[in-house]
Amino acid sequence: MEIPAVTSSLKKYKGKWGPPEVKHLLKRTLFGARKEDIDLFASKSLRHTIQHLLHTEEPTPAPPINHYNDEKYTDEEIQAGATWITATKLNGMNSGRRRNSFKAWWLGCMLNQQTTLREKMVLFWHNHFATEMKTVDNPTMIYKHNVLLRQYALGNFKAMVRAITVDAAMLKYLNGNANTRKAPDENYGRELQELFTVGKGPGSQYTEEDVKAAARVLTGFRINNKSLPDIHGVFDAGRHDESDKQFSAFYNNQVIKGRKGKEGEAELDELLDLIFRQPEVARFICRKLYRFFVYHQVDEASEKNIIEPLAHTFRQNNYDIKPVLERLLSSRHFFDMGNRGSIIKSPVDLAVGLCREFNITFPGEESYVEQYNCWFNIQTIASQMQQNIGDPPNVAGWPAYYQEPLYDKSWISSDTLPKRTAFTDRMVNNGFARTSKKILIDPVLYTKQLSAPGDPNKLIDELAALLYAVELPVEEKQYMKTGILLQGLQGMASDHYWTDAWNKLLEKPADAANVRNVTNKLKNLLKYMMSLPQYQLM
Amino acid sequence: MKRRQFLRNTISGVVLPTFLQGISLKALAGTPGLHARHAVLNDDRVLVLIQLAGGNDGINTVIPFDQYSAYTAARPNIYLPAEKVLRLNGFDATAFNPAMVNMQHLFNEGRLGVVQAVSYPKPNFSHFRATDIWMSGSDSDKVVSSGWAGRFLQDIYPQFPDNFPNEVMPDPLAIQVGAVVSTALQGPLFTMGMAISNPAGFYKLVEGKVNVNANSRWGEQLDYIELMSQKTDQYATVIKNAAQKVTAQSPVWPAAGKNPLADQLKIVSRLIAGGLKTKVYMVSTGSFDTHAKQTETDTTTGTHAKLLQRVSEAIGAFMADLQFLQTEQRVMGMTFSEFGRRIKSNASGGTDHGAAAPVFYFGHAIKPGIVGANPVIPEKVNVNDNVPMQFDFRSLYTSVLQNWFNMPAQDVQQILMGDFAPVPII
Repeated sequence: MEIPAVTSSLKKYKGKWGPPEVKHLLKRTLFGARKEDIDLFASKSLRHTIQHLLHTEEPTPAPPINHYNDEKYTDEEIQAGATWITATKLNGMNSGRRRNSFKAWWLGCMLNQQTTLREKMVLFWHNHFATEMKTVDNPTMIYKHNVLLRQYALGNFKAMVRAITVDAAMLKYLNGNANTRKAPDENYGRELQELFTVGKGPGSQYTEEDVKAAARVLTGFRINNKSLPDIHGVFDAGRHDESDKQFSAFYNNQVIKGRKGKEGEAELDELLDLIFRQPEVARFICRKLYRFFVYHQVDEASEKNIIEPLAHTFRQNNYDIKPVLERLLSSRHFFDMGNRGSIIKSPVDLAVGLCREFNITFPGEESYVEQYNCWFNIQTIASQMQQNIGDPPNVAGWPAYYQEPLYDKSWISSDTLPKRTAFTDRMVNNGFARTSKKILIDPVLYTKQLSAPGDPNKLIDELAALLYAVELPVEEKQYMKTGILLQGLQGMASDHYWTDAWNKLLEKPADAANVRNVTNKLKNLLKYMMSLPQYQLM
Repeated sequence: MKRRQFLRNTISGVVLPTFLQGISLKALAGTPGLHARHAVLNDDRVLVLIQLAGGNDGINTVIPFDQYSAYTAARPNIYLPAEKVLRLNGFDATAFNPAMVNMQHLFNEGRLGVVQAVSYPKPNFSHFRATDIWMSGSDSDKVVSSGWAGRFLQDIYPQFPDNFPNEVMPDPLAIQVGAVVSTALQGPLFTMGMAISNPAGFYKLVEGKVNVNANSRWGEQLDYIELMSQKTDQYATVIKNAAQKVTAQSPVWPAAGKNPLADQLKIVSRLIAGGLKTKVYMVSTGSFDTHAKQTETDTTTGTHAKLLQRVSEAIGAFMADLQFLQTEQRVMGMTFSEFGRRIKSNASGGTDHGAAAPVFYFGHAIKPGIVGANPVIPEKVNVNDNVPMQFDFRSLYTSVLQNWFNMPAQDVQQILMGDFAPVPII
């Protein structure tokens, strides 16, 4: 069957603004949409919400800490509970532990995100400028790279590419540090064009000569790793190729004149100017944003109506990210019913989204060991579902964002789908326990915040509205009521059995049998709801 | 667990006879009991449980015909006319509701029986709590989270779910038709059953179809997830294969969608005949909570009659299909409802939550007849009068586990958390 095209434009969305629209916007721009946030923004306007998401200054998270002393290893340099980013010593015992600390910490940043686009964009850029921690193999560089992604997440894309190019982790990952005039290495010069800027689309016609020329421009950068906490990229004039670099017709046959000594570093800026003069850069990034925020397929209509004008905005604003996101996320196209619920949740969206939507309480700073371990549990879960933050499959990022024809369908396989349901079941049943701390959905607490939990119809409607991005068939809701909440009792007349049980829970919280009954029903209901395929969409 | 280990060891030759309260190992080894676990694994017997959710009105289902005047006095607005009730061969004192034609036939042919007044001490009148008690097999004042059938299956397959399915047991241990596996099939740690979402879902699975939502972007994504979900269910293939082995079923089944219970039992019959080794099937039908207007002015019609007609028709068709598919020797079934209803009918032409109620059991290998006596209907009935218990429901489970599944008595006691005398139904 042909899927109807969604032809609405980038014009400002002026339609209804209520919980369904807020939910759509928040599920796409945050990790999960919490009820309190939906309620808050539904009482404001689209404009206000977008301004808030884009322009709220979110404090920089405190750096990752040593939570990792154990029976086999105690970090002599870094006190337990103190950050290890100041460490001067790196060895086989602390490297892996710090990497796990970093992954847990990053996952914690997502869990504790404020209602801004920043953390989602950090993940977007991580997928775009993909690096693998197991290759970089240096927790300090990895952390600094992540700080860079966060710093530029909603900033200027061109400046970001500049910073990434000379970032230590990237120099290591794509061999920029081995790129010298005597032995030019094409790795970064190629990916800079193919994956980071002009892309491989039909509008991109850079040549192998351009790859070589770019590599030569980039010779001389290396990692200054004399002292660990200060590790960073530097320009080493002695390694730089000072000859002229000729680019192809795609780049208007431009020549970057070779510069001598320290001046050689400026060739990088000329190279970026040359690349960013190509309108394809803006298109390429806009397509990626579209796939991340709207829908995996960029069809002809979307290319013309969305990508082209969006890319224009991008160029007009000298590659500032915010105006592009603002335009896309305020558009009729974004809010088109045809686009709602059309993205399959990534593992991180699923796992972090669940924790945030159910307001799961994680251990606090005072229990930082348990806190980090719980964060790491969720990170591991996402990793088992094939999204291991920090270690994407390769430099192209996750196939869900580029691989035709499956795109985000590639998150769903015979391996990962049962794991998704096992995870949602687990978070309802037992969660994860770390010594005295436990992370777990509290179904009663969650239900209490709803407007009419005693009415089984409203309860199910409201839960469905919060958990799903798409409408559920009426029969399915009917089944949830009679099959789960009322256990085979049917018809309007029987609704009061649930109402009575719920009211009794509020009035007589000491009635253990009733509490248990209500809790079990809610658990069954939530488990069932999250096991439906609809729960995988956002 | 330790006890099991001990039994295993004794079987493999470690002789420690005094551990079993002085009974010598030789004597034990001679009984079928000691090898029962093995026997249960290999026999092909199946139990089908039919839940009548809501609390079935036992007195208008199995009528105490010997007390007809007291019965009509207690239920002036809903009593069934004497000339319409269905009489039972050899049991003049008792009659069936006129809607239960198929079940009357089965009874008269000796393939269906009734246990009167089944309940448990200190009955609970909440649907939810009472259902949990029936499902878990617990005492009224104890909360047990596992189900009796789940514990039974856990006893036979203690390693489940690790390394399941496997060669010895490639099939689901229990199948529930319905989206959520019921408490009865909950093991101590894991649910021992799998759910087949609903009859429509089952046929889609067999035919490899998914709901077609593909006329939208989200719908197309959803279809993909549904398809993947079907493909990845570890038991989907065995269920599909079993179903496909059965190409024809009895013509007596009502048309799809007409009788929801029949639709469920039709699937069960097909899977049994298709060779699944699944031990327990559970189906459910609801709406027995008849507080008001349970009959029309003609009391042989109305809500309750319709419900009973469905149950009767479904069981009748199921039994016919077992014969058609030649699986009748392997199967026994049993109904249960969380409670019965009050002896006296209420002013709204209905009945309120009560205590004991009859249980039906059926199959080709059962001992037919009526176990127990008709409930006594007081001449002057009070609004709170209840049918007192004659049999603890766990006595019926004891019979099923001991005589149908050949479980050793000690295991049965452990599973049911007490010693309940069996009733002569098998």
